[in-house]
Amino acid sequence: MLAEIAISACLVISGVFGLVGSFGLIKLPDPMMRLHAPTKATTLGVGGALIASMLYFYFIVGQFSFHELMITLFLFLTAPITGHFIAKTHLHLLHKPEDLPPTGGARPWASYESDAERARIEAEAEGETGA
Amino acid sequence: MIGAALSFAFACFGLGLLMNAYRVIWAPSLGDRILALDTMVINAIALLALFGILKGTTMYFEASMIIAMTGFISTVSYTRFLLRGDIIE
Repeated sequence: MLAEIAISACLVISGVFGLVGSFGLIKLPDPMMRLHAPTKATTLGVGGALIASMLYFYFIVGQFSFHELMITLFLFLTAPITGHFIAKTHLHLLHKPEDLPPTGGARPWASYESDAERARIEAEAEGETGA
Repeated sequence: MIGAALSFAFACFGLGLLMNAYRVIWAPSLGDRILALDTMVINAIALLALFGILKGTTMYFEASMIIAMTGFISTVSYTRFLLRGDIIE
């Protein structure tokens, strides 16, 4: 009985979080704000669904399955990376280089640095550490 | 009780998938479209996990693992293409 309550609670919480994440994607006004909703809320929603599935197979069916743990781990590792890349795409496509705040160093924002310049600076840094 | 909660979660993720589809079709910027596709993949994984509970089988987890990997690789390669104009440098 307790297991059933836990599984149902996980399912309902995951459903609400998934819905909120997807709704935020169409509701929020700014591209960077829209990035928040799916990368955080929906990832948590999937985590809830996978935990519910793990509990169900352990307590109701009676077999322990660790596939859910692998999927959860993979999703929680990759969600920040995709969020970071999409944020960089927003910065690159929607803002001009002169609108961005200063980086605080000699080098510009990474997506505006030319390949030749980057290769030159990296070769210099490598030469310094190697010497 | 689990059946009712399962139906509720199915409805929520299905509605979320529809909202993502709306955002893929009518997107204000290209980044939003990539983000909506990524969220679609995540919602599809959740639906597969719920379907596994409904049918009482662990057979669908391999499929959702592969969908997770494909979604991650496709999102990263698409954003990488937009950022650098090249996927593998």
